[in-house]
Amino acid sequence: MEDRKTVVLVIPSDIVARGLKGIIEDAMAYRVEEVFHDLSKPVEARLRTLDPDVVLIDPSVFDFKARKEGRDRLAEICDSIVIALDGPDLTDEALRRYDGYVSIYDSGEAVIRKLDSAFGSRQSDPSPEGGELSAREKEILVCVATGMLNKEIADKLNLSIYTVITHRKNITRKTGIKTVAGLTVYALLNGLIDISSVQ
Amino acid sequence: MKEMFTPDMRLSEMIDMDYTLVQVVSRMGIDLRHTPLKVSDACALAGIDPATFILISGVYSFPEYIPTPAEVSSVNVPDILRYLRGSHAYYTGIALRDLESSFDLLVEPCEETRKKVILKFFIDYKIELEKHFEREDKQVFPYVESLLSGARPAGYTIEDFEEHHESVDEKMEDMKNIVMKYLPEECSGEMKMWVLLSIFRLRDDLRRHTYVEDNILVPVVKRLEDDGR
Repeated sequence: MEDRKTVVLVIPSDIVARGLKGIIEDAMAYRVEEVFHDLSKPVEARLRTLDPDVVLIDPSVFDFKARKEGRDRLAEICDSIVIALDGPDLTDEALRRYDGYVSIYDSGEAVIRKLDSAFGSRQSDPSPEGGELSAREKEILVCVATGMLNKEIADKLNLSIYTVITHRKNITRKTGIKTVAGLTVYALLNGLIDISSVQ
Repeated sequence: MKEMFTPDMRLSEMIDMDYTLVQVVSRMGIDLRHTPLKVSDACALAGIDPATFILISGVYSFPEYIPTPAEVSSVNVPDILRYLRGSHAYYTGIALRDLESSFDLLVEPCEETRKKVILKFFIDYKIELEKHFEREDKQVFPYVESLLSGARPAGYTIEDFEEHHESVDEKMEDMKNIVMKYLPEECSGEMKMWVLLSIFRLRDDLRRHTYVEDNILVPVVKRLEDDGR
């Protein structure tokens, strides 16, 4: 049972949260790790630590204006698959940014099916520690080492911010180095960048 | 686990069980010449609470040991601060300086640019850590002391202080990986090993130190804040 996928719920309504928790835990493939009712700073910090496989979120936790960018904010916190809970104020455009969505009118099986298919659509890269960096990863590493932010890298290389984050995770897994300062040293020692490009 | 330590045993017995406790002993201001005495007597001479000394030693020696809420709530806060300040003084005055001179020797044979890059990483880490300690010494600990004296300073809570530990720990891990796997061939294997041992020692020490801050100091101070409300 240990390989159940972990799910975190961020749902203001306790009734809905408990209902979803019940449905998800009935399916043997998932375990609800924690339930939050908002996305405050402490919750963000906790999410970062938990780094769950799935976050199921009601986008109404974001301010109305910030709702469209809500998905991006989560991407900065963790690299989980994010499923939205569909609601009245949600535009199709905002919904498309998520990895999937469920509605409170879905049957239990439909909810699980949607979780499963969100997993299927995201291809994973099980690169081992110590593996060689790919050309794309090197390119992204150079950007990181010269101080660019995820958003800037995404724009420059014409990638989505999630792809950039996935690459960064793989770079860290392969090199064992997490911080920007450490990655800069790695890039310099491996001749990927020149000292003059980091002033 | 921690029950192995009692106020009635001799301090020297504790140190024989785990020699790294000499660091706790000296940070708490206990004279090393008093180690033949019973723990309770050595603590009395140093003016510290034996239970608090044993609690910190337990955390220090047994990483899997988690103090009970009752143990945490009965600690002597000034003694905790004494330990934390003593640790800071040790890190900045001895451990980081030693590590810096070892780093200098380690990268000595490297080409100039590479040498600079590696040393800069270490120095930046060192400065970040020192700033972190300074903030605690100058703001957090005095804040706790004023709470203890019954004042209720406005505009600051212990929560503001909790967020900062992660990044220094991550940099430490990066430093370990860089030294272990990515240094130029010119660096001697012996020096690498020497520096790695210092890094591991400092890392383990810092983790236990952080544990005392996050899981003993912070909950106790939160309670003080709540009482003052």
